[in-house]
Amino acid sequence: MSGKELHSDAEGAKLGMWIFIFTEILLFGGLFIVYSVMRSKYPLEFHGAATFLNAILGATNTVILLASSAAVAMSLTAIQKNDSKLAGRLVLITIACALIFLVNKYFEWGAKFHHGLYPGSDVMLELSRGYLLFFSLYFFMTGLHALHIIIGLTILVVVYFKIRSGEINQKRFVLLENGALYWHLVDLIWIFLFPLLYLIT
Amino acid sequence: MEQKYVSYLENTGKWKGIMAWLTSTDHKRIALMYLFSIMVFFIVGGLLGEVMRTELFEPGQQFISAKTYNALFTVHGIIMIFMVVIPGLSAIFGNFFLPIMIGAKDVAFPRLNLFSWYIFMAGSLIAVYSLAARNGPPDTGWTFYAPYSTQSSSNVIPAITAAFVLGFSSILTGLNFIVTIHRMRAPGMTWFKMPLFPWSVYATAWIQVLATPIIGITLLMLIAERIFKIGFFDPALGGDPILYQHLFWTYSHPAVYIMILPAMGVITEIIPTFCQKKIFGYKAIALSSLAIAFVGYFVWGHHMFTSGMSNTAQWFFSFLTFIVAVPSAIKVFNWVATMYKGSISLTPPFLYALAFIFLFMIGGLTGLSLGALATNIYVHDTSYVVAHFHYIIFGGMGFAFFAAIHYWYPKMFGRMYNFRVANIAWLINFIGFNLLYFPQFVIGMEGMPRRYFDYLPQFTAGHQVSTIGGYILGVGLFIMIYNLFKGRKGPIAPANPWKGKTLEWQIPSPPPVENFEEIPVITHGPYDYE
Amino acid sequence: MEEKEHKLFPYEGYGKILIILLLLTTVTISVTSIDLAWWSVVIALLIACVKGGIVIMYFMHLKFENTLLKVLVFGVIGLFAAVLIITFIDYLNR
Repeated sequence: MSGKELHSDAEGAKLGMWIFIFTEILLFGGLFIVYSVMRSKYPLEFHGAATFLNAILGATNTVILLASSAAVAMSLTAIQKNDSKLAGRLVLITIACALIFLVNKYFEWGAKFHHGLYPGSDVMLELSRGYLLFFSLYFFMTGLHALHIIIGLTILVVVYFKIRSGEINQKRFVLLENGALYWHLVDLIWIFLFPLLYLIT
Repeated sequence: MEQKYVSYLENTGKWKGIMAWLTSTDHKRIALMYLFSIMVFFIVGGLLGEVMRTELFEPGQQFISAKTYNALFTVHGIIMIFMVVIPGLSAIFGNFFLPIMIGAKDVAFPRLNLFSWYIFMAGSLIAVYSLAARNGPPDTGWTFYAPYSTQSSSNVIPAITAAFVLGFSSILTGLNFIVTIHRMRAPGMTWFKMPLFPWSVYATAWIQVLATPIIGITLLMLIAERIFKIGFFDPALGGDPILYQHLFWTYSHPAVYIMILPAMGVITEIIPTFCQKKIFGYKAIALSSLAIAFVGYFVWGHHMFTSGMSNTAQWFFSFLTFIVAVPSAIKVFNWVATMYKGSISLTPPFLYALAFIFLFMIGGLTGLSLGALATNIYVHDTSYVVAHFHYIIFGGMGFAFFAAIHYWYPKMFGRMYNFRVANIAWLINFIGFNLLYFPQFVIGMEGMPRRYFDYLPQFTAGHQVSTIGGYILGVGLFIMIYNLFKGRKGPIAPANPWKGKTLEWQIPSPPPVENFEEIPVITHGPYDYE
Repeated sequence: MEEKEHKLFPYEGYGKILIILLLLTTVTISVTSIDLAWWSVVIALLIACVKGGIVIMYFMHLKFENTLLKVLVFGVIGLFAAVLIITFIDYLNR
């Protein structure tokens, strides 16, 4: 955020990024509150509805995101060791993981759509109350999360090119650090989404 | 390396005219852009209020239908809350004076600051669109309660989108201010040497950052419910309307502290200056701002006592509501104690500060009767509530705003306004305000419901006094604003007309572009009157 | 432009953290496939909290940051938890 200012403050920029992360925690927090309340009202139906989710795909995506976080964390070590090439490659790995995650999501949602299960569809509206709520939460939460994957992906692409051009280097790497922080947040959210949506069978 | 003094009002860059303002990342210019836009929104919102009051002059329909009346109070609320009082003091005076008062040249992220203003304008434009677009302005109340908000055929989605976008502006401003205060205080300015307006801005910024996302996600869910029938809040789909209220108020209660904390900060600056005396209880005031921000997060249920919440929850929220009143009261005691044996000058800023204390006290005390369960059930959803929150928001934050503009005007513009006209306007405002809102307590207790465009004949006298008060207030506000406009051509103001001790009074009026030729080194506290 | 003077976290270190996270994920999946009634949720959430804590402390580097940031992060999480708990004060007592 402070980029090219004459008096740039890396610690300040990092603090700013953490504050932004707080807002994201509370944003998704609101959804977790809704989930908790609805689940306490319809425990059996949530249980039943979750069986329709593909836990293997969910677990695969979990592994992918955890690995992607490790990669971008390592890229920070690399840039501080002045190994820009390795840093760039690690960021590319993270980007690749993000893309695979999105492809998985595409197939996962695609399968649901194929069965007429999407927000606003007749099939959805005919489900019993608890089932409707579960699937609404499923689409909303994973959808909002996927949107954040796309945002994080875009940030990392920009970061990659700045590593290539040398704008991010051993002396000035706050953009990589902040981009990495945002990415870890995306991973963090999924760590909670996964058990709550996929593993309550 | 002597720099020639250049006022921030002069264009020095490559841009001229309005473009020099629209592209400026100078916190002072951004503050003025917020000032002018918010002033316009305030006038529009105020006119809507006058229309409502005119309709309410007599029972029965005068010239407004029931549905139009619903739209009027909805839009009045949306404009006043999201476009005037939530951004108001922070975006204008926080932006202008926070960096100066802590000895900095600008905020931590100046470009983000300008971007925040653009987001604010975008949200405001979307709000205007929601008034005019095909299905008519929203009629759900600014609170958008489900299930009516998920079913009303009016422009609910544009209105909600506007609020969502405006929320972003609030979040980014808060983020900017927090980092500014943590990282950019002048050398020697420890936390407890920082003046109390920055302290209040700091506490406010945390609420902006931590509470706003909750309404963000709630509004998104509401949009999804309207479009996709996701069923979170509509009981017909298995949803829970009380859950909506929980989520809505989890933000909207802390939001009122976003409104009042900077207002209290302004008063805390004005009183020492016009008593030429150190503030009484500096640490208590600083910490009470943080306490209000913190405890204020846990009282939201007091808006929902009659909604169907559990008894335990009612008890819990009522108890905490009484607790949160304590730090506010502490401030009032400290302001009064500061005045004791001070050398008082009754200037317009000080008069508005005095009015603030009086009006805020009435608002605060009536808040207690609303916070007590037994009395709340009786006056909930009556005009008693309407009177309470207008005393707090308008009498409190609004009058503090008027105090702030009269206090900092010579610094911002380098000119002085006419005192006599300002004082007359103050008196008219004070009288008009009380005539407008006090009767609403009375008829509220007698049973007059809120958000009703018609009423039983026994409430007529109260309504008529109130409407006349509204017109008087309108006249007073007009005179006040006109006087301030004329003041731009008034006598040139000195750098320190009030003999203030905080940093903004030690630099020229208007301030130079980067505020300080040299960043000052701070060696003593901010209220060094001796 | 001064970064904090601290030892660089080694690549292998991140590798080890990743393995721990993957193990915890496996535990979560195993535990939830056994029917422990509502204990399954509790355990799954607890493990998620541990995983989250590890990501925050090591990947996001919070362990090596200053006290202020640590206080802020756990303060915000605490605040969210408080809002959730208070909401349930309503729902559990209806």
